[in-house]
Amino acid sequence: MQTFTLACVLLVLTYFGFRMGRGRALGLVGGKATRLHSLPGYYGYYVALWCGIPAFLMVAAWLTLEPTVLTMLTTSSLPADVQSLSKNELGLVLNDIRNLASGSAARANVSPDIVAAAERYATMRHLGFAAMAVVALAVAVAGLTFARTRVTPDMRARNRVEQTVRVILIASSTIAILTTVGIVLSLLFESLRFFEKIPATDFLFGLEWSPQTALRKDQVGSSGLFGAIPLFAGTLLISFIAMCVAAPVGLLSAIYMSEYAHSRVRAVAKPMLEVLAGIPTVVYGFFAALTVAPFFRDTGDLFGLSISSESALAAGVVMGVMIIPFVSSLSDDVINAVPQAMREGSYGLGATQSETIRRVILPAALPGIVGGLLLAVSRAIGETMIVVMAAGLAANLTANPFEAVTTVTVQIVTLLVGDQEFDSAKTLAAFALGLVLFCVTLALNVVALTVVNKYREQYE
Amino acid sequence: MDMTNVATEMTDAAPHLPSHGHSQAAGEPKFVTRGVTVHYGEKQALFGIDLDINTNEVTALIGPSGCGKSTYLRCLNRMNDTIPICRVGGSIELDGENILAKEVDVVHLRARVGMVFQKPNPFPKSIYENVCYGPRIHGIASGKDDLDEIVERSLERAGLWKEVKDRLMEPGTGLSGGQQQRLCIARAIAVDPEVILMDEPCSALDPIATAKIEELIDELRENYTIVIVTHSMQQAARVSQRTAFFHLGDLIEHGDTDQIFTKPKNEKTQDYITGRFG
Ligand SMILES: Nc1ncnc2c1ncn2[C@@H]1O[C@H](COP(=O)(O)OP(=O)(O)OP(=O)(O)O)[C@@H](O)[C@H]1O
Ligand SMILES: [Mg+2]
Repeated sequence: MQTFTLACVLLVLTYFGFRMGRGRALGLVGGKATRLHSLPGYYGYYVALWCGIPAFLMVAAWLTLEPTVLTMLTTSSLPADVQSLSKNELGLVLNDIRNLASGSAARANVSPDIVAAAERYATMRHLGFAAMAVVALAVAVAGLTFARTRVTPDMRARNRVEQTVRVILIASSTIAILTTVGIVLSLLFESLRFFEKIPATDFLFGLEWSPQTALRKDQVGSSGLFGAIPLFAGTLLISFIAMCVAAPVGLLSAIYMSEYAHSRVRAVAKPMLEVLAGIPTVVYGFFAALTVAPFFRDTGDLFGLSISSESALAAGVVMGVMIIPFVSSLSDDVINAVPQAMREGSYGLGATQSETIRRVILPAALPGIVGGLLLAVSRAIGETMIVVMAAGLAANLTANPFEAVTTVTVQIVTLLVGDQEFDSAKTLAAFALGLVLFCVTLALNVVALTVVNKYREQYE
Repeated sequence: MDMTNVATEMTDAAPHLPSHGHSQAAGEPKFVTRGVTVHYGEKQALFGIDLDINTNEVTALIGPSGCGKSTYLRCLNRMNDTIPICRVGGSIELDGENILAKEVDVVHLRARVGMVFQKPNPFPKSIYENVCYGPRIHGIASGKDDLDEIVERSLERAGLWKEVKDRLMEPGTGLSGGQQQRLCIARAIAVDPEVILMDEPCSALDPIATAKIEELIDELRENYTIVIVTHSMQQAARVSQRTAFFHLGDLIEHGDTDQIFTKPKNEKTQDYITGRFG
């Protein structure tokens, strides 16, 4: 709340800086904007940036450092016997102190030392914040006055502002990239820890998956088997079924939309198809588990087939339906990118519409379509919610779509749901699975995008 | 200046290809069009065109931009059918048969009336596949040998055989602009049409490639009826026997190319060919 107020005050100051810079620039040339090097607004932005950026950086730095600094100060002021506690226990004590200080824990049954520490903690926090607020405001005002004195008609305000904007943009994209790199690295390191416990070959080529490890030394039976082949097979089976549904339906509907449909039909049908893409996957999930799977099971019964009520078929089909709009809108794009001149050339030779599509448009669009399908596959492989709800947990190694199978994503979810020891093989296995998933989807995406781009170049 | 003279010289220089025997003699009307009107939605683009197009002659359509030349040309093989908002009225007879009638099969019509476009548009397939595209869809060839022969003959007629005979399997899009345009002509010839429509076939080409295509058009006249849209007066004068001048959706004047370029009857024609407007 206090931070919010401070931010608002700083924003008002920044706006004030804008008006001031602009007004000063115009004042210096007597209102004749053409005598300025840049448009008057740029002088405003220049002053505003000087006023706002350093102050906001101050606030951000304080907010990130505050917990560490406060914890250090509090720890050093605690009695020696508390300080000599083990790291974990000390953490608990500090937690208590923090809770007390923010008033979210009762004071009863707490030693007076701790209460005193909590009070110190609270005062230090208030003091710290007040000091920071004063400094930030001072910095803002200083920046403002400094920038104001720098405003002269000859100053290259536009170039300065553009440069700053560039730096801000670069910083934002760096943050995005660094986050990705961080995630990948953490995946990698945790996987390495897993592979210390379980050899990579066992993981990649083992045929049995039962990740229950013994919690106590004397427990029997559950030694934990981490052969991931059944998961890969299950993922591939479901993705394959999904693509069997999505590829033909998506492609044919794209052809209909782009080549046959009247513009009026298209105006209605295309958005409707795209609505499919907007349905949350959890809805698809219970649709698969509660409607489609029982339907398949009952139909199977009619023909004397035994279809499990958590069959790969149901999950795959529903996932396919989910991907249809994805496939069709990507294919639609590449089909539309085939130049009209190709169609005219073909019609001009007396080809019918379907001959033109089969012999000219599809071959020309093929690379793009293949790229789109690969992207769809990578979506199918990474899809989680539908399979969690409809595919089951049994790690069967089978190619029979009527049986229950499990997938990489489902297992990651089940490994991490509930209370877990963080460094058991079972938990770390999730990272290894995640890493495999990441590598496969990354490879698919790279290949697909290269193919699609190649195709784009061909016509541009 | 004598335009026909230039044309005759070109014919003489060219090797004579055997005629493949479409029945009419030169000079008889192939197309008889009466009162052709075209609307694009609410907007009228052609206001009743009466024009005859003679067998084994080159007819040039000239006129300022937007006057409806392409629109008229596209009526002759019903390419306008592919534009949903376009409506065509009047009558267009090809060898006495009204091609605007509902029951006319456009697939057959377009096999008889081929088309070459402004920008070369070879399919992204091999040169060979480009040429045999038409014969394949019309089931003209009876076997591989037959197809090979059609490809060779068509490329030969289009004056491209020598240049590409060793690279038939390379993509057609890899040829130069002028070669691509001749490939498109070969592709049109391969289905053995009676008429070839050309919409500014040289506007994307350099002068040398243009000269080649013009030479080619003059040779093709012997076997085909040709209608060509052009913005170049010199080109119309060089390659055509008859010229029609369009203006704002109306046919202002038509007649022998000689007469149109030397003694135009209409003042607008006079102004246009001498470059005073358009
Ligand atoms: N697809 C279309 N939709 C709507 N109007 C069109 C369409 N094609 C052509 N027109 C209109 O019809 C008129 C004649 O166009 P057309 O293309 O036949 O002219 P043109 O004589 O070939 O011109 P240019 O020499 O520039 O090629 C123009 O006014 C044009 O705006
Ligand atoms: Mg035109």
